[in-house]
Parts: sequence; structure tokens; C-alpha cells
Amino acid sequence: MFYREAGDFKTSYEQDSQTFPIKFDRFRYYAVLAIAFLVVPFVINDYWANAILLPFLIYAIAAIGLNILVGYAGQVSLGTGGFMAVGAYACYKFMTMMPEVSMFVHVLLAGGMTAIVCVVFGLPSLRIKGFYLAVATLAAQFFLVWLFNRVPWFYNYSASGQISAPERDVFGIMITGPNAPAWATYMFSLIFLTLCALVARNLTRGTIGRSWMAIRDMDIAAEIIGVNPLKAKLTAFAVSGFFIGISGALFFSVYLGAVEVGEAFGITKSFLVLFMVIIGGLGSIFGSFAGAAFLVLLPVVLKVVGVDVLGWPTDIVAHFQLVIVGALIIVFLIVEPHGLAQLWRVAKEKLRLWPFPH
Amino acid sequence: MPDQFLFATEVFINGLMAGVLYALVALGFVLIYKASGIFNYAQGVMALFAAMTLVGIMNGQVPFSHIINAVFGTEIHHFGWHVPAFLAIILTVGVMVGFAWLVQRLVMRHLVGQEPIILFMATIGLAYFLEGVSDLMWGSEIKKLDVGLPQGGSFWIEDMTAGLGSENFYGFFIDNLDMVATIVAALLVVGLVLFSQYTKQGRAMRAVADDHQAALSVGISLNFIWVLVWSVAGFVALVAGIMWGTKSGVQFSLSLIALKALPVLMLGGFTSIPGAIVGGLIIGVGEKMFEFWIGPLVGGATENWFAYVLALLFLVFRPQGLFGEKIIERV
Repeated sequence: MFYREAGDFKTSYEQDSQTFPIKFDRFRYYAVLAIAFLVVPFVINDYWANAILLPFLIYAIAAIGLNILVGYAGQVSLGTGGFMAVGAYACYKFMTMMPEVSMFVHVLLAGGMTAIVCVVFGLPSLRIKGFYLAVATLAAQFFLVWLFNRVPWFYNYSASGQISAPERDVFGIMITGPNAPAWATYMFSLIFLTLCALVARNLTRGTIGRSWMAIRDMDIAAEIIGVNPLKAKLTAFAVSGFFIGISGALFFSVYLGAVEVGEAFGITKSFLVLFMVIIGGLGSIFGSFAGAAFLVLLPVVLKVVGVDVLGWPTDIVAHFQLVIVGALIIVFLIVEPHGLAQLWRVAKEKLRLWPFPH
Repeated sequence: MPDQFLFATEVFINGLMAGVLYALVALGFVLIYKASGIFNYAQGVMALFAAMTLVGIMNGQVPFSHIINAVFGTEIHHFGWHVPAFLAIILTVGVMVGFAWLVQRLVMRHLVGQEPIILFMATIGLAYFLEGVSDLMWGSEIKKLDVGLPQGGSFWIEDMTAGLGSENFYGFFIDNLDMVATIVAALLVVGLVLFSQYTKQGRAMRAVADDHQAALSVGISLNFIWVLVWSVAGFVALVAGIMWGTKSGVQFSLSLIALKALPVLMLGGFTSIPGAIVGGLIIGVGEKMFEFWIGPLVGGATENWFAYVLALLFLVFRPQGLFGEKIIERV
């Protein structure tokens, strides 16, 4: 009743092939965009931006990127942390080498750089499959982190070995550095997330997305019906790398401001993003958002409940957090292995039939 | 003999020893993967948990004392007794069997027939969970583990080999513990092979590894076999935990040895016990030699990634690893 496709007539090809063909979806999408762009920037404060909104936006970009690789193209990758580090360091180098260029360009260039690196590490996927590939991508994770730790050129020979973002502005508004206002960093990340999600959604609906899915479902059969596995796999790595690079660049420049590579982009980051993708739902753009929101909010909620409400010591709460996150992941996988996106699909089905049960 | 050559030999031997320790961890992975197709990321944390439990039992620590103290305001930490190492090991094996049963009962049983990636993620969840539990149970500070294994360099070997080179060469430095580990690993492998060849349960285990449905149809209980396999993996984890714990203390980083074992698995093949051993030796020697020759040129600490890159290059030529089952793909 609330959600229906019936009566939504298309009279032209443009209407039929628009990003959200169903009217309800489209209006929901406009509503969410309107709130995100027109309401949130005016009510945002530093705590909300730094604890919840910025990590959510940035992880959502990374999750979309990884979802393209794992959920759509079926190539399991555990190298996300390393690729985010490439984005961060590329962004840093571009920022310091070309200070006069706009931040938008830096972030996009960082994404492009990561795409190239990702394709290089994606090459073995043509030979190696399944778990062997997953473990092979760990090579990227460890090698890249080591590289950024050991080669001083990457961190501009700074004494601490860290990189810290210089102050940069877009149209006169501070975006990076300690003096950037919360709404500006929020808007900057939001613009990238919106663009990435739009691009991802349209890529996955088109020829290239279908070739990814064909490769995922059965690569040999796909090859026989004429999908080029080389092209499909490497484009998946490239697009995924581009998004992950953007998120790494934002994570460093806008969110953290200064990073130490082993700490910020270690293997736990790879697992975290993979969890987001799996809990959100493999092969679903909405799922990437849901997974990112869930895993960003969970520790915040647990901390608030444990420390502020129950008044336990922080170290015990931190350990409990591990236990609860671990248990929740297992429960999730048992109850709903297709993730939050599947719950949303079920909800839509219910809304469509409401008030009838069947 | 030239000193450089002798140093290289020493590095080589130490690499072999380190490789044995990697192989010990890899063995636990292979067992579970063969029997249930689950790639058990939690193996490293299981080693940590086993080692912590062992230390906790030996020292008579009160489990969950932190929480009890925080909630009830009490100040209890120890029961006040010390358990001899041998008894503590047996008790820890009991705990690991109980853990295996719980995992099977609460987690894996509900995930039968899911895709491998889902199972893999479940074991990562398990790893987080177990890490949190072991910290809550026994506290997160670094502990010393001493079950009476010899430690430090072997003077006997040092004296014997000191005459080989010039006066700058003091003989091979080989850790006693590494030699013990090698012997234990050899015994463990022999024991596992005997177990899987000559006992009823071992044969049932191999049958399950071959074909789940066929095994089920001749009356083998899959549930029992999976509990058995997880228990054996828990035992292997305990052995690995004792060795690594004695070497570098029982602490969080112990769980990271799982990451050391992954390239070993790739190289040797996920399904082969000899593969785990040979892969471990190749990785151990390879990374030590690389660090010895190339490490100084590129800034050191190459051990973190070299094993992975080696395994990656290797896989490009042989996608199923050294001893893995040939991957046959059909449409």
C-alpha cells in the first residue's frame, strides 16, 4: 500500500532508465538528500560531526568501494586498509606539492592514484581465486603500510614519521586543519559520498556492473558467454580502488588531520570495512550505508551505555565492546546472512502488501 | 670457512626454527579447513586464549576478577594456590574442548551450508569475541609463561661450532626453545598422522574431509567430528600458544601469529598437512634470509610483508599452493 510499483507509468526511455525508476524510491531519495544538504549543516556541532557523521560518511564511501569489489565482482579483498593509506598519502603529497590547487582536485587525484595501485595488486586475481586471493590481498595491506612507514619521501621527511594535513580551503572556507568548521567538513565529505553513491549505483545497473555480477556468479560461464574477465576484474579493482582512495584521502585530511599509518590504516581497518559490507549486505549500495552507520554507531552507543550509564571502568568497557561486537557479528551472520539490505527488502515487501498479510 | 657464509648458515637455521613455529599455527588452520571447509581466522586468538588460560590456571587467578571487583566492589584476584604445569595443561585442554563444543553448538551448526566468505567472517567475529573474553577473564597485562621448557641460547652448540670460522665468529646461536619446538612439532605431526590413519575417529575425520554427504550416509556424525576437529585445533593452538608464549610472553600480539600463518597456508595449500610444514619452513627461511641480505638496503622490518609477497608470487604460478588439491573448475 505504501510502497508500490503499480500505476507508475513510464512514457519515455529517459524515465525508464533513470537512477530510481520507482516513484517512492525517488521521493525518499530526494527527501534524504534535502535533509542531508539543507537541514543537517545548520544543526551540526563538533561532537556530532567528529564522533558520528564524518566517520559515517567516509566509511560509507569505503564500504561502497569494497562492496563493488566483494559484493558485485566477487573478489574478496582484505587490503582495504592499505588502499586507504595510498589515498591518504597520495592526498598528502598532492596537497604539499601543489598547494594552490583546489582540495576537490587533490582528493580526486588521490582516488585515481589508488585506483592504479589497486589494479596492480588486482592483477593476480586473474590467476588466484577465492580464499587464496583474499590472503593474497593481505600482501598489499602489509607491503603498503610498511612502504609508507619506511620511505621518508612519503611523509616529507617529517621527524615523527606522521603526516598531518596542512590547512586548505575551498572557495575561502577552511576544509582541513584544526580551524575547519564542522559544517564545512561535513558538506565536503557529503558531496563526495553523494557523487560516489550515484556513480556506483549507475555503474552497477549498466553493462559494466552486469559483467561484474556475471564474473561473481560463475567466472568460467561468464567467460564463455563473452564477458572479458580481464576487463571485468580489473575495472572492478580500479573503481573500487578509486572510491577507497577517496575515502582514505578524506579520512586523513578532513577527519583525522594527522595519521600514523600503522595505526590508522592497519589490518583492523580492512576487517572493519569488510564487516560493514557484510553486515550491510553484499551487492547493495544501500547496504553499504546501513553497514557503515551500524558499525560507526555501535561503539559510540556501547561506550555511552557502559561508561556514562553503568559507570564501569573504561578498560572493561573496551573489552566488553570487543565481546559484543564479535557476538553481534556472529548473530547477524546466523540470523540474516544477507545483511541489513535484506531486512530493508523484507520491509518493502511488507509495506507493499499492507494491510494484508500476504 | 668465510664468516659471511657462516652467518648466513646461522640465519638459515634460525629461519628453519622460526618456520617450525609458523607451521605449528598453520597446522590448526589446515585441520579445520580440511574437515569443515571453514577458514578459521580465530586460530591465532585461540592460541592466545589457550596460553592465557594456562597461565591463569597455573597462577590460580580468579576468572573475571576484574568485572567481579568492578561490580561488587570486592578485591579478589587469586585463589592463592599454584597448579603444577602438567595438570594445568590438562585442564586447559579441557577448556579448549569445552570451547570447541560451544563453537560447534552455538555458531557453526547454524551456519552449515552458508557461503565460505560468511563462514570466514563468522570466525573473525569469533576472534573478536574470544579476544574480549580472554581479556575479561584473565586481564590484559603481559604475563610470563613458564612450564619448564629450556630457554636461552644453547652453549653446547655455540662451543661446538665456534672453531669453524675466524676469531670474530663465536659459533651458532640457536635458542634451546626453538629446538624443543621443533621436536614438539615433529611429535605433533606424527601423532596427528597416526591419529588420522589408525583410529576410528581419525578415519571418520578424513572421511568427513573427503565428502560431507558420503560420510553422513555411512553413519558418521558430522556434529561429533566437527567438535573433534575444533578440539584438536584447540589443542594445536595450545601447543603453539605455549611455544610462542614462552618465547615472547603471553600478550595480545600472540594472536597476530595467525597473520604469520596465512602466507604459510597459501604457499603450502589450505588442505595439506605436509604443505603446512614445508610452507612454514620455506617462509621461515625465506623471510630471515631476505631480512639478512636485502633488509639493510631497504630499511629493515621486511618480515611483515615478505612472506605475503613471496606467497603471492608463488601462487601466480601455482594457484593451489604447493601441496593443495588441484582446483578443477566446471561450469
